Amino acid sequence: MDEEKQQDNLDIVWNKDTMQKEKEQRFREHIRDKEQERNEQYNKYVNEVTPKPDSVGDCIKAFITGGCICVYGQVLMELLKKFNVAEKNIPLWTTILLILTSVLLTGLNIYPRITTWGGAGSLVPITGFANSVAAPAIEYKKEGQVFGVGAKIFTIAGPVILYGILCSWICGLIYWVLHTFGLIQI
Amino acid sequence: MVFIRAFLVGGIICLLTQILMDKTKLMPGRIMVLLVCTGVVLGALGIYGPFVKFAQAGATVPLLGFGNLLWKGVYEAVLENGFIGLFQGGFKASAVGISAALIFGYIASLIFEPKMKKK
Repeated sequence: MDEEKQQDNLDIVWNKDTMQKEKEQRFREHIRDKEQERNEQYNKYVNEVTPKPDSVGDCIKAFITGGCICVYGQVLMELLKKFNVAEKNIPLWTTILLILTSVLLTGLNIYPRITTWGGAGSLVPITGFANSVAAPAIEYKKEGQVFGVGAKIFTIAGPVILYGILCSWICGLIYWVLHTFGLIQI
Repeated sequence: MVFIRAFLVGGIICLLTQILMDKTKLMPGRIMVLLVCTGVVLGALGIYGPFVKFAQAGATVPLLGFGNLLWKGVYEAVLENGFIGLFQGGFKASAVGISAALIFGYIASLIFEPKMKKK
């Protein structure tokens, strides 16, 4: 009799235990489901809010902008030919005039607008390089001549010059080695 | 005719770069470094030279052309002076572009005031 009661009690305790555990488990699952639901909603929201880049439109704009800048360069070249500039100096003059134009437009705050519209089209030509030199120089003039203008003028020009020179040095070295061992003619 | 070729070639280079930017989200500085280095390699492989003849400003105005110019400088200096030319040519060829950008940039910093970015 006593033993049976004890067994019953144990059963009840055991049942209580499992019920408690099941409850906890269900609770945890519920929380997990809620979290998952929330994350999904959040991701959906983020996707909705993030402005989608209009890839095709951007590419067309870049094409037009870049093309126009190159045509401007070509016009300068033809004009210089008319002014009887020595043939070998024409590319140099063109570069100088393109850079001058770009720096002026940067100073007048027009170039940033071209960049906003044209994307890569304003970045890829040499005018984009000139813009990346002039813009920080103007922007940081308040921080002084040496650590303001002097240092910041190289923010983008520095890496470009470093890796350009390094890359051409490596290619030159390969060429020099091949040339010296007679593997390449001329 | 030259103008059309310059427009098309320059435009296509910019378009390809725009696709690269959209796909990789690279910052402008890295794009410029990438372009110049690509130009150097294309120049060294002898691809860019004929390209410049075909498209003229369409090929020389983009930064690829700047890289090609660097390679041409190194190449000519090596032919002329041998090993030491490796250390001369790059800067010699790019001198005008870099000097112009730095000098005009500096003068601009004297003349113009920084402007607040308009939204």
